[in-house]
Amino acid sequence: MGDIWAGIAAAFRLIITADADLVEISLRSLQVTLSALVIACAIALPLGTFLAIQRFRYRRTVIAVLNALMGLPPVVVGLIVYILLSRSGPFGVLGLLFTPTAMIIAQVIIITPLIASVTHQAMRDLWAEYHDLLISLNTGKLQRVGTLILDGRRSLLTAALAGFGRAIGEVGAIMIVGGNIEHQTRVLTTAIALETGRGDFALALGLGFVLIALALAVNLATHYLGRTESEGRW
Amino acid sequence: MSVLPITLRDACVRRGGHVILGPVSLTLAGRGLTVLMGPNGAGKTTLLKVLHGIVRLSAGTVSHDGDDARGAQAFVFQTPIVLRRSVAANLAYPLKLQRRSRAERAERIRDWAARIRLEDHLDQPAGRLSGGERQKLAIARAMIRDPELVFLDEPTSNLDGRSTREIEDLLKAARDAGTRIVMSTHDIAQGRRLADDAWLLVNGQIRETAPAPQFFDQPAQPETRAYLRGDILE
Repeated sequence: MGDIWAGIAAAFRLIITADADLVEISLRSLQVTLSALVIACAIALPLGTFLAIQRFRYRRTVIAVLNALMGLPPVVVGLIVYILLSRSGPFGVLGLLFTPTAMIIAQVIIITPLIASVTHQAMRDLWAEYHDLLISLNTGKLQRVGTLILDGRRSLLTAALAGFGRAIGEVGAIMIVGGNIEHQTRVLTTAIALETGRGDFALALGLGFVLIALALAVNLATHYLGRTESEGRW
Repeated sequence: MSVLPITLRDACVRRGGHVILGPVSLTLAGRGLTVLMGPNGAGKTTLLKVLHGIVRLSAGTVSHDGDDARGAQAFVFQTPIVLRRSVAANLAYPLKLQRRSRAERAERIRDWAARIRLEDHLDQPAGRLSGGERQKLAIARAMIRDPELVFLDEPTSNLDGRSTREIEDLLKAARDAGTRIVMSTHDIAQGRRLADDAWLLVNGQIRETAPAPQFFDQPAQPETRAYLRGDILE
């Protein structure tokens, strides 16, 4: 119990004094996670919507694989990305290992299936509602995808938030590909792991509270801006 | 180029081994408003969708290519489908698909909103409208791009007398303006009020087609007489 109070006190101290390291680590966490989220959404939202409206031969298999990939172990993703980006790997020449870019790549791989799968579920219901109308209006495939994404944006926001939640709390993969290098690739989760290993539970808890506050703040801001709880606002 | 005439030759639609329409051979041409009547499960909706080109035939032929033909047609569904957007955005949608200019869109939206008496609700989410208002919006959205041919599937079922009258007035005005209309209904009185000619469909087959006065007052077929009397047709 003492550690928790000490953690809360440490968190307040770090936040109130705007600790330089904390600010740097928090901003890097946000930068990596939001970058990964934008890239993953650019892939997953059209992909999930396309899977909802398009019938093709192995569609069920693709959806099953996508759902299975939601449970992709981050450590394994980290390992694979590490091998691909290491000097002896096929993309070693790019020199991306132990950089924020490598961390973004790992996070994109982890959260894209999650966002695509949630998107598919939401868009499937909306497509059932719109199907006859959009076919009747002779819309093309891209117009259908665009219409569903626009009108289903509330559900897609939820999908994106699920991706954000998974990415901001991810540690295994980004520890492997980022290396937790101070002032370069250290983010909140890897810092928490480091401080826990060092036995500085108060600081680790403090960072943990900051991480939770950050995640909640982004979620609340998104809900507020998107007015997801406003009845009938569509 | 006109979408009319549309000719069906021995058109059949099967679902799960059951014939739900056909064989039907008919030609849709000319002007005016055709009322399609028949008991539940007769295949009225399927026939309208075949003529519109959104249901594929299992056998037989239809004279138009569905994709090309739908551009000059519109379809109003029994349960109105409204986009999760404002009333104005619903009206704008088909015009945007046709890349009409912003000025033309604004003018047509104002005009049609006034005709359906929703000019004070343009910024309101369409989902908040009543059932009658939704159906009027769906009809206005279908008519707003001046289609040559409009299909309506029981557009006034479940509506009160006032909403029904308003929708009938819209349909009469459209017919008088030269729009070819085909609508299904169970309401014999409505058929008498609106029809220039009428078809009776029973068990997926056309049993009688005739000008409205003859159809309602001197039907040639015993089944038509029985249907108009309110007898159960097997």
